[in-house]
Amino acid sequence: MLLLSGLSAAVRAELPLLPAPARAPPQAPFRFSPRRLRCPREHELLEDGDIHRHLYLQDILVSVTQVTEKPKVSEFSCHIAGCCQVFDTLEGYEHHYNTLHRNVCSFCKRSFPSGHLLDIHILEWHDSLFQIMAEKQSMYQCLVQGCVEKFKSSKDRKDHLVTVHLYPSDFRFDRPKKAKSSTKHSKSPLLQNTSMPVDIKTSEQPQVDSMEISPVENMENASQPLSSLISLPPEKHLNRSRIPSTICFGQGATRGFKSMKKKI
Amino acid sequence: MPYIEAACATALRKARKQQQLISKRLLREDTQNGEGKAGMEIPTDPLSEQEVLQLLRDTQKGTEERKKSLSCLRQALQHKETQQKFVRLEGSMRVLIGLFTSSLADVQMEAARCLHELSHSSDPAVAEACLPATSYLLTYLSGHSIEFTELCLYTLGNLVVESEAVRKQLLPQGIISALASCIQSPHEAVLEGLGYVLSQLLQAKEASIEIIPLVLDSALPQHMLQLVCSNLELGMGVAVEFAWCLHYIVCSCVNNALLISQGIMSTLVLLLLELASMVSKAVADGLELLICPVLRCLSNLLAEEMEGCNMQVQDERLLVALFTFMQYFLNHHLFIVQECLWLLNNLTADEPFFCSAMLTLDLIPALLQLLPCSRMVALLVLTVLCNIAEKGCAYCQQLHQKAVLSSLISILTLSDAEVAGQCLELLHLLFLHWPEAAADFFTQAGLQALEQHQHHPELQERVRALMNLATQPAAASPCSLVSSAAVPSSLP
Repeated sequence: MLLLSGLSAAVRAELPLLPAPARAPPQAPFRFSPRRLRCPREHELLEDGDIHRHLYLQDILVSVTQVTEKPKVSEFSCHIAGCCQVFDTLEGYEHHYNTLHRNVCSFCKRSFPSGHLLDIHILEWHDSLFQIMAEKQSMYQCLVQGCVEKFKSSKDRKDHLVTVHLYPSDFRFDRPKKAKSSTKHSKSPLLQNTSMPVDIKTSEQPQVDSMEISPVENMENASQPLSSLISLPPEKHLNRSRIPSTICFGQGATRGFKSMKKKI
Repeated sequence: MPYIEAACATALRKARKQQQLISKRLLREDTQNGEGKAGMEIPTDPLSEQEVLQLLRDTQKGTEERKKSLSCLRQALQHKETQQKFVRLEGSMRVLIGLFTSSLADVQMEAARCLHELSHSSDPAVAEACLPATSYLLTYLSGHSIEFTELCLYTLGNLVVESEAVRKQLLPQGIISALASCIQSPHEAVLEGLGYVLSQLLQAKEASIEIIPLVLDSALPQHMLQLVCSNLELGMGVAVEFAWCLHYIVCSCVNNALLISQGIMSTLVLLLLELASMVSKAVADGLELLICPVLRCLSNLLAEEMEGCNMQVQDERLLVALFTFMQYFLNHHLFIVQECLWLLNNLTADEPFFCSAMLTLDLIPALLQLLPCSRMVALLVLTVLCNIAEKGCAYCQQLHQKAVLSSLISILTLSDAEVAGQCLELLHLLFLHWPEAAADFFTQAGLQALEQHQHHPELQERVRALMNLATQPAAASPCSLVSSAAVPSSLP
């Protein structure tokens, strides 16, 4: 290891630079002339390094995912008023908190998967100027982060989401309000709670009801048609011209999770 | 284990030749005794279609039932045939997405693990069945828990590499800006997962047209540059992923000027210096995974020959770092030696600065020691020596003093035509610029070594030209006119 000392020894002293005369072209039959090499991705020189990288990725070299037993703590419940979920790991609690309590609308208590979606919700649902301004200019922001498009209505936005961003037409977080008080969540019309205009799409959402049923609701009402949906033959979808009243694309505020009042 | 490694490497080599080299990662955390060691074992027999259906139905029942059946489903989905049966079941993906968007943390986690198992499938049809889940996977990158975000990231990374349809959907869905915001996460695990997704995206065959321009247009490159050299002792994994990302970007030459203007060259040089000092302290486990892409970036960026990029690397410590790597990895990872030599070539090709530093730092003996390693290494070593010799008589005189000739004679007798050819080129430069080297060569066994190749069609002309020098007295080359004045006496 004669070189290892060199790293510290070779501090940036100005080296005497040997004189290098102007370059002459090679004289035949010799042909060498210095050149910098570029290696595109498929170059043979890179093969061994690539293989090594992929062995690592496939976990054959180094185990990245150590099996770690999460430290269990004695059971505790969520401290948020009205929420009574119980946890035995801090990770589980963190996840629960961030799912249900982090991005919560302070006006209507709905929770959202991201701050971005929460901001849009607050603007569209609780900003008193929004409706007035929306009549004059495009105010409905695209839900996709990084897209700056705005739209006249939530329906326009929805069309944009589906056609430009290839979002599913039943994107779960592009839903209007749900009745937050109904713990017995039947397919009761949500519309009664919303004073916002609602337009019901019929043709494009043949299977949309499965998304409408969150597992929470299911738990309370096990007769929901989810299980039947699994084996649903395709033709039945086509027959479904009438969409349940749960489906509405109105204000377009993101549909939050239901309130925390649940029986666990 | 080495046997498995060798077998896998062979398979990977074959895939690479067919440009189908893809890999996926599996995050699997099994509480059952020791099972699930990274895809080595398959737990049970594949389930029948009826059984899968029953499990899905059971996930719709009460809380406890749901958890149990969902976790059974997750284990069953480790089996390829079960995966295929699952995706063929009408509505199954919608149910799974319903659970995945649940507000119950553990249900959501378990559903995410199911999706992750599906994403690991080698069947493109399974990846494409996951298409309806991608917008949610992106939405959840904003993070409910580290583990959940990590799962979403690795799932995305696996899906992305399997299917172009998935990439074609994820780009308009905003994956680049989602990643650009997620990259601000403070968590190592999230950042490593993010680097994984990005590196998978950047390897796509359409990347240079469809993906890299979007990445370069975002805030990602600057974060990547920052992350590639942060916290090396703590989290090498993050740096490894982003270094590979940078390699994929740089080697596709979309807009390297942008990266150079953001200071990529000096950042990477400093990183190599730090890595070299880690290697010299022998904390080098797995460091080759990071060194390799960094070397590649620098080499390919130097090949751009852009204004200002030479100045960003003019640091002779870089040479010492390269030789530290070569010595350390010589026995176990020869590819590092090759890639160091590639960079050394690009450094010495045009820059007298580095050629001169090679001599003053006395690195030539270490370079010559590499000659017997492999054909490719020998070729690269000789090319670097040619670069130095080409710079003129002062350089050739120094090379002569460092006893290159005896190494050249032995490599000349042992080598194939290509290596011998490069050797002849080097001899020519040495003789041209420093005729004393020619005289010395022929008094050693040089002539015999040359004669060995005199009938080879590729080499004979050059062999003859060199042999002529032996019979002619040293002609006054342009070099000898200046040599007395040009050689600094201060050099050893």
